[in-house]
Amino acid sequence: MIAHALTWRRERRVLPGFGLSLGISLTFVSLILLLPLTSLVGQLSQLSWSQYWFLITDPRLLASYGVTLFGAAVAAIFNAAFGLLMAWVLVRYEFPGKRLVDALMDLPFALPTAVAGITLATLYSSNGWIGRLLEPLGISISYTWIGIALAMAFTSIPFVVRTVQPVLEDLPAEVDEAAMTLGASDSLAFRRVILPYLWPALVTGTGLAFVRSLGEFGAVIFIAGGKPYETEITSLMIFVKLQEYDYAGASAVASIVLATSLALLLAINLWQGRFIKRLHGGRG
Amino acid sequence: MIRIGDAPRVRRLLIGAALVLTALFLLLPLVAIFAQALMNGIDVYWQNLSDAYTLSAIGLTLLVAVITVPVNLVFGVFLAWLVTRFDFPGRRLLQTLIDIPFAVSPVVAGLVYLLLYGRNGWLGGWLDAHDIQIMFAWPGIVLVTLFVTCPFVARELIPLMQAQGSREEEAAVTLGASGWTIFRRVTLPNIRHALLYGVILTNARAVGEFGAVSVVAGAIRGETNTLPLQVEQLYQDYNTVGAFTSASLLALLALMTLAAKAVLEWRATRRETAT
Amino acid sequence: MTWFSKPRSLFTASAVGLALTFGALSPVQAQDEPRELLNSSYDIARELFAAVNPKFIDWWQAQHDETVSVKQSHGGSSTQARSIMQGLRADVVTFNQVTDVNVLADAGLVAEDWQDRYPNQASPYYSTTAFLVRKGNPKQIENWDDLARDDVSLVFPNPKTSGNGRYTYLAAWGYADQAFDGDEAKIEDYMSTFLGNVEVFDTGGRGATTTFVERGIGDVLITFESEVNNIRNEYGKDDYEVVVPPVSILAEFPVAVVDEYAERNGNEDLAKGYLDYLYTEEAQRLLAGFNYRVNDEKVAEEFSDQFPKTELLRVEDVFGSWPEAMETHFASGGELDQLQRR
Repeated sequence: MIAHALTWRRERRVLPGFGLSLGISLTFVSLILLLPLTSLVGQLSQLSWSQYWFLITDPRLLASYGVTLFGAAVAAIFNAAFGLLMAWVLVRYEFPGKRLVDALMDLPFALPTAVAGITLATLYSSNGWIGRLLEPLGISISYTWIGIALAMAFTSIPFVVRTVQPVLEDLPAEVDEAAMTLGASDSLAFRRVILPYLWPALVTGTGLAFVRSLGEFGAVIFIAGGKPYETEITSLMIFVKLQEYDYAGASAVASIVLATSLALLLAINLWQGRFIKRLHGGRG
Repeated sequence: MIRIGDAPRVRRLLIGAALVLTALFLLLPLVAIFAQALMNGIDVYWQNLSDAYTLSAIGLTLLVAVITVPVNLVFGVFLAWLVTRFDFPGRRLLQTLIDIPFAVSPVVAGLVYLLLYGRNGWLGGWLDAHDIQIMFAWPGIVLVTLFVTCPFVARELIPLMQAQGSREEEAAVTLGASGWTIFRRVTLPNIRHALLYGVILTNARAVGEFGAVSVVAGAIRGETNTLPLQVEQLYQDYNTVGAFTSASLLALLALMTLAAKAVLEWRATRRETAT
Repeated sequence: MTWFSKPRSLFTASAVGLALTFGALSPVQAQDEPRELLNSSYDIARELFAAVNPKFIDWWQAQHDETVSVKQSHGGSSTQARSIMQGLRADVVTFNQVTDVNVLADAGLVAEDWQDRYPNQASPYYSTTAFLVRKGNPKQIENWDDLARDDVSLVFPNPKTSGNGRYTYLAAWGYADQAFDGDEAKIEDYMSTFLGNVEVFDTGGRGATTTFVERGIGDVLITFESEVNNIRNEYGKDDYEVVVPPVSILAEFPVAVVDEYAERNGNEDLAKGYLDYLYTEEAQRLLAGFNYRVNDEKVAEEFSDQFPKTELLRVEDVFGSWPEAMETHFASGGELDQLQRR
């Protein structure tokens, strides 16, 4: 087994450039990624466990986790529905302006978050274009959790659309036909036949949108009210601690966000890996 | 052939919903940016654009992009080559590491650099003693931008190069081609589109980064303000029109990014159908 | 794709990139360019120093026959102090918090006795905390007790991140301290209702103004008197009214030379001159024009009807000292955190 692995590895290294690319990659990763991150660890190591625990379980901070998770969850669910709809419409139908709509889907990634933030704050404030219409209905968006979820949703729109789209494109036409000839209704056929195919991509995309929303700062900051226990997001708490020269506290909170996001990313990667394995395993 | 959701009523309903939502969530914000910027007429718009601070912000933003994009391009290509063409212990780890900037909140990205290069940081003391300024000057801005944009090129290339496999390159080796020739003649033509796409994404993010840059820039007007910071400061100055003027430049850049991407994809599909 | 064509050019490119990135020296001062002073200031002083700096440049030119330039960095006062500690090479600071200069003094960047180096405890101008209400004062806001009514909603910046917000908090506390004769339970009661009425906590003074004016949120915006008047001028005199409560806090605007950096930048004389200039009659008149209260008697007299007479509490008198006020009220787990806890 080991011998096999070794020979295989040697075989793989027929291609040149291993040393060079390893050197460049490691140098870059060490200098740009790891070295700065060690300073975070350095700050954390100044804290004892009990101090760390005290810092990360501060009630106000706990409330901010709640606000952030809730906002991100709403944003992710919205994006799951919206992304699925958009992917479906863009793959299955032809209509004027389709190319434009397709291109627009990537706007949130191309538009700087600060710009998105001030624009959303302007649009949805009680005297903005949209806020003005909602105001008489008693709905306010800016400075409430809806605003937070909205900003998070905007910045993570492309994730679901762009993960579901290719899967839907590759879906064999027979799948549709089989379902339809069985006489199932549209919605039943969709749920029973199409959705299981899309499921992995949908979950991956939604998961990525969720992770992105957890860390979002630039767009949310303009529209979140920053009211303790109600509209204070965790990124803002880190920012607040930074302003108080409380680097250890900021690092502690940052470590929580970082660990959560990494764990989620890892889970998404594993889920994706398992799915791909199952898919390929079946075909040999 | 009958397909799911082909009934005209369903079709109209879904397309309608999609168009309305897109208009509301994506098109309207875009329109609002330009509407706000041009609120007081085109003359005021030009006047705001030619403001000395805005011009210097444009300059700095371009400088940041001009440095980060090539550096991350080179790094991304080497990293993708490494993890898709060789197997070695820690390959998976390296691939996960490169995802860190996606998981890190931009504020934290700024924080870690500040902790390292700031005057009280590990390296900062030495740098300060030698009068080298990294934080609160353009090198710091470039560094954090490198951090937040480093995954883009590699992430675009890795899945593609993995899927393509290394047969062609191995064949080239047996024909006696040198490493560089292989990359240029065999690999590059295959990954050209993904590479360009990665560059476009890197560029968009490099130009637009706010959270991380705001922590390390120090807000010196006309010196360390990038365009997104300029947008925020003008907004804070009650100068909404000015803020949206700078924002409109960034939005314009975003639109160019989208257009470039659309063209790339269009070419790719055309090539696919041609073969 | 031509630069791809030779391996050497690729390496040169990456080497240049890395060299630029890591080895870059940002020259602190080029040789023949004019000397450049960096003033690190608080958030809402942008317009003020945009007006002061050209006048100072003329003044310096006239006195020393040297053309200089002044750069500005603005942000929350504490953020600015943090940046300076981390290496932002400001020559002078013009803050709105004594405590933020103290932080710099503790770090050895500013002289220990900085408050004795300029008149009025190194505060060339002062202000107080006042209220901005909507047209006609529909909620009849006159004093601090009105702000704790349950039909009133407030906007002011977060005391954790903003000096402006901190003054508001201290002013309310100072009022309650007087009104309830030091009865802790009643003061805390008042304070927690007062804080509970806050609709939005922005990170800085400007954000709070935008929230109140452009977003139309809240009945009262609490901010510096100077700012309140600016907003009225900016957004229309008729839409808002200024209410200066009968008792409020004395907000000092301390200035200091960051000796460590000024020396390194070769700007010691320029930095001192800049602060001296702020005390000149010309500058004081300019400051009063921006609705700051000034100490220059002649100028103060000229502008006397612009500033209602108010009892101004000193932080030192109510709270002992700035460090004590910070420790008791704003530190993590301090009074503010307690009051906001439910």
